[in-house]
Amino acid sequence: MSHSSSFNWDDPLLLDQQLTEDERQISEAARAYCQNELQPRVLSAYREERFDRNIMSEMGEMGLLGATVAEEYGGAGLNHVAYGLIAREVERVDSGYRSAMSVQSSLVMFPIESYGSEEQKQKFLPKLATGEIVGCFGLTEPDHGSDPGSMITRAKKVDGGYLLTGQKMWITNSPIADIAVVWAKSEAHEGKIRGFIVERGTEGFSTPKIEGKLSLRASITGEIVLDEAFVPEENLLPNASGLSGPFGCLNKARYGIAWGTLGAAEFCWHAARQYTLDRKQFGRPLAANQLVQLKLANMQTEITLGLQAALQVGRLMDSGNWAPEMVSLIKRNNCGKALEIARIARDMHGGNGISDEFGVMRHMVNLESVNTYEGTHDVHALILGRAQTGLQAFC
Amino acid sequence: MKVLVSVKRVIDYNVKVRVKADNTDVDLANVKMALNPFCEIAVEEAIRLKEAGIASEVVVASIGPKAVQEQLRTALALGADRAIQIECDDLPEPLNVAKLLARVVEAEQPGLTILGKQSIDVDNNQTGQMLAALTGRPQGTFASEVKVEGEKAMVTREVDCGLKTVELVLPAIVTTDLRLNEPRYAKLPDIMKAKRKPLEVKTPADLSVELKQHSRLLKVETPASRQAGIKVDSVDALVDKLKNEAKVI
Repeated sequence: MSHSSSFNWDDPLLLDQQLTEDERQISEAARAYCQNELQPRVLSAYREERFDRNIMSEMGEMGLLGATVAEEYGGAGLNHVAYGLIAREVERVDSGYRSAMSVQSSLVMFPIESYGSEEQKQKFLPKLATGEIVGCFGLTEPDHGSDPGSMITRAKKVDGGYLLTGQKMWITNSPIADIAVVWAKSEAHEGKIRGFIVERGTEGFSTPKIEGKLSLRASITGEIVLDEAFVPEENLLPNASGLSGPFGCLNKARYGIAWGTLGAAEFCWHAARQYTLDRKQFGRPLAANQLVQLKLANMQTEITLGLQAALQVGRLMDSGNWAPEMVSLIKRNNCGKALEIARIARDMHGGNGISDEFGVMRHMVNLESVNTYEGTHDVHALILGRAQTGLQAFC
Repeated sequence: MKVLVSVKRVIDYNVKVRVKADNTDVDLANVKMALNPFCEIAVEEAIRLKEAGIASEVVVASIGPKAVQEQLRTALALGADRAIQIECDDLPEPLNVAKLLARVVEAEQPGLTILGKQSIDVDNNQTGQMLAALTGRPQGTFASEVKVEGEKAMVTREVDCGLKTVELVLPAIVTTDLRLNEPRYAKLPDIMKAKRKPLEVKTPADLSVELKQHSRLLKVETPASRQAGIKVDSVDALVDKLKNEAKVI
């Protein structure tokens, strides 16, 4: 008979042992920073709808920005599993903080490293890695969300560069960004979608803040307005053409989201467990009720399975053996499950769950955004549907 | 000046410790392990001495199975320059640890050797003192401040009656208390760079130390759970209980 071991309720399938020594250390270092430095700030930041710019510098100092970027450009040269573990720790605190980090890492640094010229990499990546400059990513437009191929932002060729005209919407970090990676249809490239690095201070480039968000209030979101903004030739990303450029970035970001949302879900699960153990009604802890235990068991199961899936996709990315549909599967599943877990955790907290002091409702409304952005739950279902039937059902 | 720091791998302080069913020891299966917090403070102090230009090199040493390399790598990520693992199957008792470290001190000749005052698993609080005796070096234990001035170290110690400052002639041994400093976070690029720093593996035989067993672990038991308190309805009842039941007045 094989030897049986004790059961870890909060790591049931021993994910920790599936990690390498480096990955474990990175996860622990990220957790220590997030719990000690970010967690104490999030309550007031969320309440006052405020993003502390200094967080980007702190994250840069810790090496959390562009963690997968090569060391020669100021990155930490980490693998995808480590990147996922970082996202999980940051989002355990708040999806808004993780969004700010994901945008800088996957949507700004990744395209510059993958599609940029050597000059662009040297000019921008080291400063983005330290958080000295902040970047944002402009793809979504007011009337073109799930269907970015129909975007109307245009680049017109002029002497020495391009004039960009158009509008981008729901852009994380845009009001504080020093550079924006903007995707536009370029007349000089047969109308194909190309990426441009637009620098702050460019005439005709503005980034008004979007007010009144009920979700991700600890991160800053805005528009990008381009009115014949001049971008010099050297700021065109030379090695991306068509939608595959922005989609390449989004695959990386979505993969990080699949890990991150489970960090938020873990926070909600642990909070619900502790709350129902502590709270006594009818003379016994709420956790002594079968209805409560069923909910806790469901949370534990979904989070554990979701983490296994995210780890497997990370390993496949690291071995160069992955497909974008895998990312759709885990992004969709983990966001949807995390949102459901957060809603149930809110319910299990009763009236207290409404208070921001308990954090679960903040995670719940954050996850509404995360379930929607970077490919909605439904659009990822269509990607998976197309992959198994050969029939595309987008329109 | 070279600084030597010894570090220990222990159960993470956040873990709820479980005793094995047969009461032979604490259950270490699938338990999160970490750098002993007092050792982390010792590493931090050594790195600060290096940053201040007082120390030229920080060497970390740990005794135990291959797994302790994880804690040595953490110390390297925090800023130590190189590491020495002394390979043992089990974690030896304090006198053996002190004898092994004494050999390392002999070989490395550090100006200052910094240790945690105790490890949070067994709480012996013996190794630093034994090491001082074995090497004939002065000791400053429970340090809450360390100032190196030329050939001397001023060590402020936290003792029951307050703070006591001792002057040690270097080379010396210092053990750290909780308030000496606040350790930094390991930065992710430094964790990766730590893999390229040298880590040397030695055996007790290499150091000509024979490990001897001076004590034997008989039994480990979970502390009895605390009885819930009661409410008394008058001051008289309270005084009566304090006098006759608790017998404290």
